[in-house]
Amino acid sequence: MSGSAAAREAYVVGERRTRLLTRSQVLRSRISGIVMLALAVVTMLVFVPGVAGTGTATFGLSAADERIQLAPLSVPTTGSLWVLAAVLAFLGATQLFRGFQRRSTLILGIAFAVFVAVIMIWAAAGKEFSLISMLEATVASATPIALGALSGILCERSGVVNIGIEGMLLGGAFSGVVLGSLFGGWIGLLAATLTGGVLALLLAVLAVRFRVDQIIIGVVINILVLGLTSFLTAQVLVKRPELNDAPIFRPVKIPVLGDIPIVGPIFFEQTVIVYGMFLLIASVTFLLFRTRWGLRTRSVGENPKAADTLGISVARVRYLAVVYGGMVGGFAGAWFTIGTVGRFDEGMTGGRGFIGLAAMIFGAWNPIGAFGAALVFGFFDSLQQKFAILATPIPSEFLSMAPYLVTIIVVAGLVGRSRPPAADGQPYTKE
Amino acid sequence: MELQLRGITKRFPGVLANDDISLTARSGTVLALIGENGAGKSTLMNVLTGLYQADAGEILIDGQEQRFRGPADSIAAGIGMVHQHFMLVPVFSVYENVILGAEPTGRFGVLNRTQARAQVAEVSQRYGLAVDPDSLVEDLPVGIQQRVEIIKVLLRGARILIFDEPTAVLTPQEVQEFFGIVAELKSRGATIIFITHKLKEALAVADDITVLRDGRVVGHADPRTATPEDLAAMMVGRAIDLEVDKSPARPGSSVLSLRNVTVVDDRGRPVLHSISFDVHAGEIVGIAGIQGNGQTELVQAITGLLPVATGQIEFTGQDITRMSPRARHAAGMAHVPEDRSRMGFIASFSVKENLILDSYYAAPYAEGIRLVRNAIDTTATDLVDRYDVRPPTIDNAGSSLSGGNAQKMIVAREFSREVPLLVCAQPTRGIDVGSIEYIHEQIVRKRDEGVAVLIVSTELDEIFALADRILVMFSGEIVAERRTTDTTPPEIGLFMAGQRAAAS
Repeated sequence: MSGSAAAREAYVVGERRTRLLTRSQVLRSRISGIVMLALAVVTMLVFVPGVAGTGTATFGLSAADERIQLAPLSVPTTGSLWVLAAVLAFLGATQLFRGFQRRSTLILGIAFAVFVAVIMIWAAAGKEFSLISMLEATVASATPIALGALSGILCERSGVVNIGIEGMLLGGAFSGVVLGSLFGGWIGLLAATLTGGVLALLLAVLAVRFRVDQIIIGVVINILVLGLTSFLTAQVLVKRPELNDAPIFRPVKIPVLGDIPIVGPIFFEQTVIVYGMFLLIASVTFLLFRTRWGLRTRSVGENPKAADTLGISVARVRYLAVVYGGMVGGFAGAWFTIGTVGRFDEGMTGGRGFIGLAAMIFGAWNPIGAFGAALVFGFFDSLQQKFAILATPIPSEFLSMAPYLVTIIVVAGLVGRSRPPAADGQPYTKE
Repeated sequence: MELQLRGITKRFPGVLANDDISLTARSGTVLALIGENGAGKSTLMNVLTGLYQADAGEILIDGQEQRFRGPADSIAAGIGMVHQHFMLVPVFSVYENVILGAEPTGRFGVLNRTQARAQVAEVSQRYGLAVDPDSLVEDLPVGIQQRVEIIKVLLRGARILIFDEPTAVLTPQEVQEFFGIVAELKSRGATIIFITHKLKEALAVADDITVLRDGRVVGHADPRTATPEDLAAMMVGRAIDLEVDKSPARPGSSVLSLRNVTVVDDRGRPVLHSISFDVHAGEIVGIAGIQGNGQTELVQAITGLLPVATGQIEFTGQDITRMSPRARHAAGMAHVPEDRSRMGFIASFSVKENLILDSYYAAPYAEGIRLVRNAIDTTATDLVDRYDVRPPTIDNAGSSLSGGNAQKMIVAREFSREVPLLVCAQPTRGIDVGSIEYIHEQIVRKRDEGVAVLIVSTELDEIFALADRILVMFSGEIVAERRTTDTTPPEIGLFMAGQRAAAS
């Protein structure tokens, strides 16, 4: 059937008006239906034979040191895979022949979640797999991504595109470990935050004052910081290893909340940087949507000329928002060094800043939404690490591609298109 | 409050935008400021609202000299401006837009939303400007958006209100409502400056009229005695004939025929809904309607720039529904697009390159992969001369032309071909009165040569001046059809606002 015939067939008669599905919508719903059916087939032909004779997969729900212990969850492998395959097949067939219309994206998300469950059962077949520690790692991995996204949100809500988040993370990671080694973790954290702020000031001056293309400035910041930190690592840190040996923040258990089964260890037994992330997500949401500062910042990102005619200084608002954003980025950078391993390696941020940008778009420039998106990316990040430990037959190179692959799928528009601030990336000039 | 300007001068690199401008707006009156595009009205208003600083001259309010370092100072002095392109944030609610820059806040800058809504409600009640404080601005019709702008200005305590082309985007009914609002504001002692190029409106509402040309005040007029012709002559500097001379049309056979044409946007919603009409040889069909009711999409569907979802377009007896834009052009369709700078010409290309932009690929301008310079130069020189493009040099960049001359260049390119159909969208938007007069004459001449002409315009005066038959578009549909001789602007105005015609 040709595309145009499909479009005509998809006529849905409304009360007064005729509603047509565009060709691309029809095509998209068909493709997603076929993808779901393919996932069902893969489950039946690859994973079901793969778990033959393994009996059950066991998922640990409590860590050993917890006050309330939950019994591990055991599922029969073959049986549960057949059930999940049937669910996938049902969703795929329904989408293909009837269509879920508006809920297509949600259904596709559910289908992917089901498929992830399939993979997890297959990987854990015949073994014990600590689900709780993986979810704990999910929140930890999501932290720099969520903070990176928040950094982008602060900048872009004011109309300045920040591609340099990656550089800000890396700069924060480096200065965090050096000053942390010298003066302790808290000074390191402060240094990381300020480093991000200084890099953002560079972005702000070039973007707001000199109206340089913001994409170019961002790329330059990334390359500059990568080069500078690599150079300093080779020239200074290698010769003076004591500068690359910072104390790390240990997880702190929050009383009462930390004892709740499942939720406690995942969210309330983390480091100060993770708690800082929770606090920042909440406070930036409040600041953006409930305060004068937020209203003005958003207005400048949407229609700077309107703000200008009302006596709001566009430049001032943008400087502030971008520098705050940069500080959040630098703070996020500290997670890589003093928040986890205590030492700096060249290019150790590994593109988390860019994944943060993806989370920002996925979350529709909203801190809460971006946090949710960061959790999805963080989940695949930690899944990859766990699978490496479980010694699944998948080559580890493929596993480490997982978070990036998910990013591409998400950003490539399988989700509904989200709308950026109207003046995003546009320098403001009076006439 | 009385506003007085004395000797305001503002220079930009290479341009003297305001040259020693002096004028007075008396307390409790309406001053109309008229002038062509580029006469310096906008610059003057930007000086007044503090967006620009004047190089010389002074601003006096009730005899007190004012110094504006920025918009905030101007607002504090009681000046409020309603811009032609509304200064609103579409994704904000009404009350968010209104309080922006003057937010009622509690401790730590937390917005007091209850108070914000109450403030909006209070102003809208006092001046009879009904609006829901919580609706999103992007969901509101333009007339209501304008109210939001007015409330915004009033809330800041403005006693001197400047309206920049306030009626450009309104339906005739909304224009009447707007005049009511102006009268109400005036009766409460506000001073109003009304910037416009619509001479009849200036004569209808103003107490005083000041005319600008080339950055200077060229005269004042008394609205009780002046005629539109007087004002036009002052604006342009020579006598202008505002009427288009034309004889009755002698329509021939159908050249363009649309049957149930439906076009959908990228979200699948119809933007044109089952449009059917014909354009005959030797007649001008005018599409009236307020901006954004599907006219843009209609023109793009006809010229092949938008795909047609269902329905059929026939051109000189041939089905062209799926034909490419170039094939349609080659088949004999000329198109003057509505957005001159974006679709009509390429600013960085020279005048001669722009003049052959539609036919560069064919003889005599191309030979194999090579452009034939002599042929291009000959044609371009001839066109520039025949269509009165000034300056008449063919090698300078398109961007060096004024709006009116750029439009004449596009008209020259499109009108010089012998074609059966001419589609003109907003042919005279934003250009000087002299050029409008010229382009109107050319359109009528084409009709008299037997060309089928389709005109899309949001200016009702233009539709009535040119069209033999009027179709009114509303919300993606044709809601009425009338012969120009059988209808009146108020009747068409009602259709533009969405009233449906009984079949005629």
